[in-house]
Amino acid sequence: MTRLLDVKNLKVSFLIPAGEVQAVRGVTFSLEKGESVAIVGESGCGKSVTAHAIMRLLQSPPAVIRDGSVLLEGRNLLDLTEKEMQKLRGNEIGMIFQDPMTSLNPTMKVGKQIAEGVKLHMNVNEKEAKRRALDMENLVGFPNPERRYNQYPHEFSGGMRQRAMIAMSLACEPKVLIADEPTTALDVTIQAQILELMKDIQKRLDTAIILITHDLGIVADVCHRVMVMYAGKIVESGSIEDIYQYPEHPYTWGLLKSVPRLDSQERHRLVPIPGQPPDLIKPPVGCAFMPRCKYALKVCVEHDPPNFQAADGHQAACWLLHPDAQAAREAVGLEARS
Amino acid sequence: MVDPISKMLFHPFTHKIGEDEAIVRPSTTYWQDAWRRLKMNKGAMAGLVIVIIMLIMAIIGPYLTPYTYDAQQLVSEYTNLPSSSEHWFGTDDLGRDLFTRVWHGARVSLLIGFVSALVQFLIGVTYGGISGYLGGWVDEVMMRIVEVLSGIPFLLYVVLLMVVLEPGLHTILIALGAVYWLSMARLVRGQVLSLKEQEYVLAARALGASPWRIIFRHLIPNCMGPILVYSTLAIPEAIFAEAWLSFLGLGVSAPAASLGMLVSDGISSIRLYPWQLFYPAFFISLTILAFNIFGDGLRDALDPRLRK
Amino acid sequence: MKNKENILEVRNLKKYFPLVTGFFGKYSVLKAVDDISFNIKRGETLGLVGESGCGKTTVGRTLLRLYEPTAGEILFDNKNIVTASASEIRLIRRKMQMIFQDPYASLNPRMTVSDIIGEPLDIHRLAKGKARKDRIHELLHLVGLNAEHATRYPHEFSGGQRQRIGVARALAVEPEFIICDEPISALDVSIQAQVINLLDELQETLGLTYLFIAHDLAMVKHISDRIAVMYLGKIVEIADSNELFANPLHPYTKALLSAIPVPDPEIAKNRKRIILEGDVPSPINPPAGCRFRTRCWEAKDICAQQEPLFKGNSRHQVACHI
Repeated sequence: MTRLLDVKNLKVSFLIPAGEVQAVRGVTFSLEKGESVAIVGESGCGKSVTAHAIMRLLQSPPAVIRDGSVLLEGRNLLDLTEKEMQKLRGNEIGMIFQDPMTSLNPTMKVGKQIAEGVKLHMNVNEKEAKRRALDMENLVGFPNPERRYNQYPHEFSGGMRQRAMIAMSLACEPKVLIADEPTTALDVTIQAQILELMKDIQKRLDTAIILITHDLGIVADVCHRVMVMYAGKIVESGSIEDIYQYPEHPYTWGLLKSVPRLDSQERHRLVPIPGQPPDLIKPPVGCAFMPRCKYALKVCVEHDPPNFQAADGHQAACWLLHPDAQAAREAVGLEARS
Repeated sequence: MVDPISKMLFHPFTHKIGEDEAIVRPSTTYWQDAWRRLKMNKGAMAGLVIVIIMLIMAIIGPYLTPYTYDAQQLVSEYTNLPSSSEHWFGTDDLGRDLFTRVWHGARVSLLIGFVSALVQFLIGVTYGGISGYLGGWVDEVMMRIVEVLSGIPFLLYVVLLMVVLEPGLHTILIALGAVYWLSMARLVRGQVLSLKEQEYVLAARALGASPWRIIFRHLIPNCMGPILVYSTLAIPEAIFAEAWLSFLGLGVSAPAASLGMLVSDGISSIRLYPWQLFYPAFFISLTILAFNIFGDGLRDALDPRLRK
Repeated sequence: MKNKENILEVRNLKKYFPLVTGFFGKYSVLKAVDDISFNIKRGETLGLVGESGCGKTTVGRTLLRLYEPTAGEILFDNKNIVTASASEIRLIRRKMQMIFQDPYASLNPRMTVSDIIGEPLDIHRLAKGKARKDRIHELLHLVGLNAEHATRYPHEFSGGQRQRIGVARALAVEPEFIICDEPISALDVSIQAQVINLLDELQETLGLTYLFIAHDLAMVKHISDRIAVMYLGKIVEIADSNELFANPLHPYTKALLSAIPVPDPEIAKNRKRIILEGDVPSPINPPAGCRFRTRCWEAKDICAQQEPLFKGNSRHQVACHI
């Protein structure tokens, strides 16, 4: 097994006048070649900050990386100089952003923008770069690449711009592609197009993908593995099947239950997760989810749960998985674990 | 797994789920936030301190000497004296105490600055707010009027006013106020245009709020930041404008004096009695510099993009 | 519910925006809403779905006369809003309110929560002094916040809390009909359910009628009794919500339904998705005939020639030739 990316105990804070916001509080995960992993969580849970920290794109100040390492094929990205990092960005790690409206340069032809990266990283001449850019436009499904090459971003619709972004980030065949909410700004029918495209590209180029999203729905289709983040920590991680069919963390339960099911005819009440996520300027001592958790134990108040192995490759940070919690599980109306 | 945690803790914890709607962070208003940022800006604070000192001196300065600003001593041993313990800044060609006159001049200059900024604020904000919010033909007409007025050269305008009204402090105030509100009106209109499509404005309309209420309760308070910065920067501009009007002989009438007037008088005797130019020139520069630095700092402090 | 009277009837409503394009000030017209008709019965919820730019938000704003309609009739309680005078509009706005999409932009950042919720009370002179304060606290409790929050500013709240403040503001005038303009699309999933449940509860206790505008079909299905699907300024299909999901007739509706992400890997893998080609055409120059034909996989010659008319029974109507 080749570990492509290894993130260990990443901690990121933002220093603001009111104090220190601990946005990411110790995130550990790894990514293998050609694998696609989703980081799912609500706004403010630290999923985007994690991605930006990996890309070293955080503005500092106010952001500071407090601890941890990000190893790309054994090289710690956090130790690289800005110059080395520039060489790496777009070349070995590509990134797509949420808003395709603002992530393209409005004064530059789209084709040129794609070719620019190729020229920069692959050391080829103008002609070769253009050929490569046209290939990429073909790959992401531009109907008329030659004409599109000479158009400006404002002539593109939202979906087309996101395609252009994908073409740009994949032009140098990066090993890892980080997609930060790539479909959030798009309509459902366009979202379906983009997801289909990402799946297709993944198969063809064997790129590892980190998909960051708040929508559990789109993950099921594209990814192999899911990590659920809450209040700056990964609370549960496992394969798609683990997370959707045998979720172990009450937060994951809550997320799955709070979306309406299409297959039911009856109009039933949704089950929301009550309350609000904690303000990470004053992170809780115990489990961060405890105040909103129906199944909380006394231990959750003071002690932050470690990761428990629920099955092979399936982990959850919840005290309910502790062997001593068997009796309590029954008391709160959960099945005992075998 | 070795775990020091007592088994006792593995019991259900009864609590009110999700009741925690409390807000952890202390409440800060927009202005508190801006003040905090302003305090961190050393230059702006220095500017503010200088402005405050100038204001205090403009009020009490003339009373610190036994002389009045217009008391002449037309005896040669009292005229054109350099600095001394009796006359701190010396005297002018009519034997008047320069220290008293400088602070009296500062009083007049600052008054001109503040009053014209206030006039500009009142007219410009109301005019721009109404024009921007109502839009359509009202906006067309109001903006054409502004364009016509700003097409008239400032100097021509002042000379005309001087002919019609009698020269003096209030004429200058009217002239400056009448010119400067134009650009304020444009600024406010621009701000209002960008704000009026905001959903909170739509919400207020949906609630049945009158245009008047929307302009003064919703739109103006939200463009107060740029307005305030603009007003602050308009003060030195007015002081400056008055100074060069004085040069042209269109300033306040003697024996009253503004800083600009004193500079203008001092220039004629620059070779023989340089202090007569130096003191008023120094204080007028200091005032304008202080206002400008403070205004720039204020702009940084009020910039909503920095807001977290 | 069948026999209840219509609280709102919309007939042939049009809203065009004039646009000036090019250097020579050439006028063109953006047909945001082009000839739509529908009814809403008292106490029901009508969902209005469509993608961005289809005109659904314009419909909501035109109903409240925030935009002046170009043509058509809007009957609210049998009174025509389109021809109403300014003072009549004021009265209508006490009965008809709106909840906005963006909880960050819809609250004035310079006003405290109590000023925001108190504003409708002041405008319509509903309460003063202590009565005003009590009413504000009552409204805050109604949406699950408390009196402590009244002195805070909007930026101190989370998205879900802000949206509830927006709901409290709309409720202050005791309206009968509320237009919910994408009230949850800017919120997190777990918070969306909170707001939806709140709207559900309020409907039960206060007997409200909703027009629920959204692009998230799953949520719309959950909250609506009937659903209207919009595409490029037109309603293409309108039906009872279960009926629409069980038996979609218009190809666009079918595509929309199949594009909904399902949080279940089994279903997601086995499902046949309809992936629409291309993008929505511009509403400045919509295609002649059926507007969906440029992306429709079933399009025939007739679709380009004739505009399809509504057919079907009162429970399910569709505008399609096929």
